[in-house]
Amino acid sequence: MADKLFVKDHDVVIPGEELAEGLDYLPAGKAFRDGDKIFASTIGLASVKGRVIKIIPLAGKYMPRRGDVVIGEVTGIGHSGWMLDVNSPYPADLNIGEASSEYIDLNKTDMTYYFDIGDYVLCEVINISEGKFIKLTAKYRPYRKLKGGNIIEVSPTKIPRIIGKAGSMIALMKDATGCEITVGQNGLVWISGQADKQAVVARVIKFIEREAHKQGLTDKVKEMLRGK
Amino acid sequence: MKVIRNYLAELLKMQKREDGREPFQCREVSIETGVIARSPGSARVKIGDTEVLVGVKLDVGEPFPDTPNEGVLIINAELIPLASPDFETGPPKPEAIELARVTDRGIREGHAIDVEKLCIKKGEKVWMVNIDVYPMNDDGNLIDASALGAIAALKTAVFPKYDESADKVEYKEFTKTKLPVKALPIMTTFGKLAGSLFLDPTHREEKAFDSRLSISTLDDGTVCAMQKGGFGTFTKDEVLQIMGLAIQKSKELRKLLK
Amino acid sequence: MGGIGAPEKLIVKGKRLDGRAFDELRPIQIKAGVVKNADGSAIIVQGETKIIAAVYGPREVFPKHFQEADRAHLNCVYDMAAFSTPERARPGPSRRSVEISKVIRDALAPAVFLEKYPKTAIDVYIEVTNANAGTRVAAICAASVALADAGIEMRDLVTAVASGKADGQLLLDLFELEDNYGEADMPLAIMPQTGEITLLQMDGEVSQDEAAKLIEMSMQACQKIYELQKKALREKYLAEGAATGEASE
Repeated sequence: MADKLFVKDHDVVIPGEELAEGLDYLPAGKAFRDGDKIFASTIGLASVKGRVIKIIPLAGKYMPRRGDVVIGEVTGIGHSGWMLDVNSPYPADLNIGEASSEYIDLNKTDMTYYFDIGDYVLCEVINISEGKFIKLTAKYRPYRKLKGGNIIEVSPTKIPRIIGKAGSMIALMKDATGCEITVGQNGLVWISGQADKQAVVARVIKFIEREAHKQGLTDKVKEMLRGK
Repeated sequence: MKVIRNYLAELLKMQKREDGREPFQCREVSIETGVIARSPGSARVKIGDTEVLVGVKLDVGEPFPDTPNEGVLIINAELIPLASPDFETGPPKPEAIELARVTDRGIREGHAIDVEKLCIKKGEKVWMVNIDVYPMNDDGNLIDASALGAIAALKTAVFPKYDESADKVEYKEFTKTKLPVKALPIMTTFGKLAGSLFLDPTHREEKAFDSRLSISTLDDGTVCAMQKGGFGTFTKDEVLQIMGLAIQKSKELRKLLK
Repeated sequence: MGGIGAPEKLIVKGKRLDGRAFDELRPIQIKAGVVKNADGSAIIVQGETKIIAAVYGPREVFPKHFQEADRAHLNCVYDMAAFSTPERARPGPSRRSVEISKVIRDALAPAVFLEKYPKTAIDVYIEVTNANAGTRVAAICAASVALADAGIEMRDLVTAVASGKADGQLLLDLFELEDNYGEADMPLAIMPQTGEITLLQMDGEVSQDEAAKLIEMSMQACQKIYELQKKALREKYLAEGAATGEASE
């Protein structure tokens, strides 16, 4: 029986859609095998590289993975660390030992000196336990408290478009507005700079999220940035 | 929230909003009527990304003893969890009841309907007008969207067929007789954040603001309902300023009702 | 109900009262991504029946005791808007809506990889804004598109339709009069790729042979609806997808 391939690169696929038949093909990303067939498990984009059929999801909430750089909001302070909301269904905590490269003496220091309720922190996911608790670190640069600025939320699947090829889109926005822009893989974006310029950047990012499929996106972004 | 609050406050000090509006500019508003086949009067109102569906239902029942020759107006709002991650299933929360009552106050006190014309037989039978408000997406300022949806639905509503001798309403048969709408009250809601006032708050602005003031007015400038919400306060001068703006802004919205 | 109640006949000169052939669906439109706040959503218009479904999640479980250690808690709420029926429907859950919510959940669950999202909730909210028969099956079609639109991992979509019997005829996709005054009504849902049945209910009277024919007729119709579900999802994502590919290279 000959192996069959039903999709090509860049095809949009739907959950349950058959991608290939035959044991020689290998599923990757959001593709799965059932018997001798391979199916897509999410709405996504097919990528065929030799025998590997990968589905890149086009939608979905943030699900944490080790090594992700995320932005979290401090929601609680405990005895030995901070609780953070990282825009995921699971609770996240930043232990006191992971908060700073320097030693924190709890007898001498108020924990809020480092991070207070409502602060946003750029950090890294170091582990997700069996019980689905996320462990974070903010010990090393560039991880830090994000002071002031503005936070907006975008779909995590659209982050590559917001960043652009080799960071081109971010660079465009930074150059035009002088704003600092930090993107978390969990879909939170931090923008800092002059308030009205921040608003322009936020609108441009939302525009990219919404209209990425339209022709001439970069030109439209440039136009938006020039307009203000 | 404190980060976003500080950012929004800073913008307002520059007379700006994060979506590019001016402080006293409303988002784009659209009104569609006749959107629910089962309802003799319905409307879909969009204010920016906020969307509300309103449907009127008519029934015949007994009047209240103290108003034997007046029809009955009942407004209800359901904050269904479909419309926002902040809404939960279960019995109506204070927010839903406030929304229904504020919408009700604007319509009732603005004498939008001539309730005496809803009387069928004094002391025995009157029309009962139910207005149900369903937000389908909440991006802030549900109050203005509900009020606008309610008046738009009423303005286009007709009576269903009623067989008086059999005392029976044929809910599926609509007559051509319109409801006795005699005034068009319009609600406008203003927020206050760190001392700055602004019109038509978005959901993010609602989460950050200190307080809001909603005012319903008529075309001739009559103020017919007010509601202050939130933990913050307003000065007398602010209230007077908002009242003037409410009268002016409601005229623009009233034009959309044609 | 009297008045304009039961028609004398539901089949006149070999046609149904709304002019359809016996095995003809009402016109169906499906659109994905209609509720901005939701993680996924869809609207279905099937004849006069109009339903919106929105999915939130995977997200934190509330209340906490619904949390399941090895899978997502799938929660479905089917609700009829007060203005969706001829006589005003009292808001809030009824025994009918609670049962329908449960059978919808049981119809969708086989298609969702719940085990990929342990300790989370996937909430499916369904609002009937205008009801004219077949609401539970239309709701399933919309809900499965909404789940896919939310990017939730699934084995397949779920597609559903009702069929039944009126004036002795086997009919597809009953509308209100056939539903109210016919002899039988049978809602059915399948996973269209495998043909596995995920919802089956019936009330009325049919022979064993008729039941088999109804199942066959519904399953064939599901393949047509499945095409519309796929189209709705592709329409939302097609152009978008092409652009993502470019940026992620």
